[in-house]
Amino acid sequence: MEAPAHELTAAYALDALDAEERRLYEAHLATCSQCQQELATFWETTEALAIAASGPAPSSALRDRILADVRAEPPQNVVSLESRRRRTAPALAALAAVAAVVALGIGLWAADLSAELDDTRAALERERTAAAIVADSASRTVDLTSGSGRLVVAQDGRAALVLPDLGPAPPGQTYQAWIIEDDNPISAGVFSGEEGLEVVLVDGDVAEGEVVAVTVEQAGGAETPTLPPIVASNPV
Amino acid sequence: MTALAAVVALPVPGNRFAMRKQHAHLSDEALVALVARGDEAALGELYDRVSRVAYGLALRVLRDERHAEDAVQEAFLQVWRNAASFRAERAKASTWILTLVHRRAVDLVRREERRQADPLTEQTPVGTASELTDEAAWLRFERERVQHALRQLPDVQREALELAYYGGFSQSELAERLGVPLGTIKSRMFAGLARLRELLDDTNQEGSWKPQLTS
Repeated sequence: MEAPAHELTAAYALDALDAEERRLYEAHLATCSQCQQELATFWETTEALAIAASGPAPSSALRDRILADVRAEPPQNVVSLESRRRRTAPALAALAAVAAVVALGIGLWAADLSAELDDTRAALERERTAAAIVADSASRTVDLTSGSGRLVVAQDGRAALVLPDLGPAPPGQTYQAWIIEDDNPISAGVFSGEEGLEVVLVDGDVAEGEVVAVTVEQAGGAETPTLPPIVASNPV
Repeated sequence: MTALAAVVALPVPGNRFAMRKQHAHLSDEALVALVARGDEAALGELYDRVSRVAYGLALRVLRDERHAEDAVQEAFLQVWRNAASFRAERAKASTWILTLVHRRAVDLVRREERRQADPLTEQTPVGTASELTDEAAWLRFERERVQHALRQLPDVQREALELAYYGGFSQSELAERLGVPLGTIKSRMFAGLARLRELLDDTNQEGSWKPQLTS
């Protein structure tokens, strides 16, 4: 804590440095893991200071303006080569990025949560894995030929379906994912669906030329898909 | 209220929240990952979660509604452009967004010379009777917890933190304004922030910036 640069961590977290001091500190920060750790916890503290300043909500027009801004932006979202290079361990970083992903549909109010805990843990793990695939900048996106959404395929062949508006499966039925190589479908797991955006982990690895599809089946799943699929991807 | 009654009271599919809240079950960090892939709705959801604190912070620093909205708007545009470079191992998504808002607000206030030195005094209530949501209740609780912790700091440390963070003063400006050596200001800010961190850790059970509501 004696080195001058270390002591600037608080001032940096508070934005109390001028432009030149900020630049010098950031140069130090890039190489000092102690300061990086200190800064992470100081940022949590300044976030608390931000919360202490919270007051009335902004006007609803602000939300509209921001979304209008975004639509006016040129397409981006292509992760630059430089930022890829900076990532030392993309998979790990992506996992960390989603470590806090919340389990889908776990009611805080459930009367008997413990009985469902094992199922919940397994679901949470799948959810994390799926979100990690989506978060990984090295993953590629495959368009769907039917249904809305997209397929995201990690470099190692693991894949996740991002489905914005599938909705819950009809009563007594389930969704079933399939990996289809030529005309040979292999079950890739069942899921019940829910309101809103769903990120579904595809069981099994997806290889080049294969298609991922989703069908509606009787509860418990089927041996062979019932056609037509409600979701189908382009060949990977 | 019984647990069953609470379940019944939850929003049901098809109601007016269903469309707007289609990302409600995702973590802030997962939303940033979707924003990095161009998902506007994910940005909207992030905005809904963070905007109240973000705007309150910008307003505290800038003391002007229009400038505060500008700062929030510019910060969210940065979120959109830079989501792919967000690194969750370094900060939570909410922390990252709020640092962008604060940085923007401080840069604006220094340029505009509109700084005022009033310490943290008057408070606008969070949430009116008609919107006593869980979020508003949580924000109010959390705000009081932080303010209580602030009051336990030595006066000179609290003053340094408030003038720097809410007033937008640089450390050099603070030294000049308070008539003390720069080294003293640095020490006060460091000791004050470290002590505040300790006080908040002591009272924080959750470690989470807001409760995750189920969808």
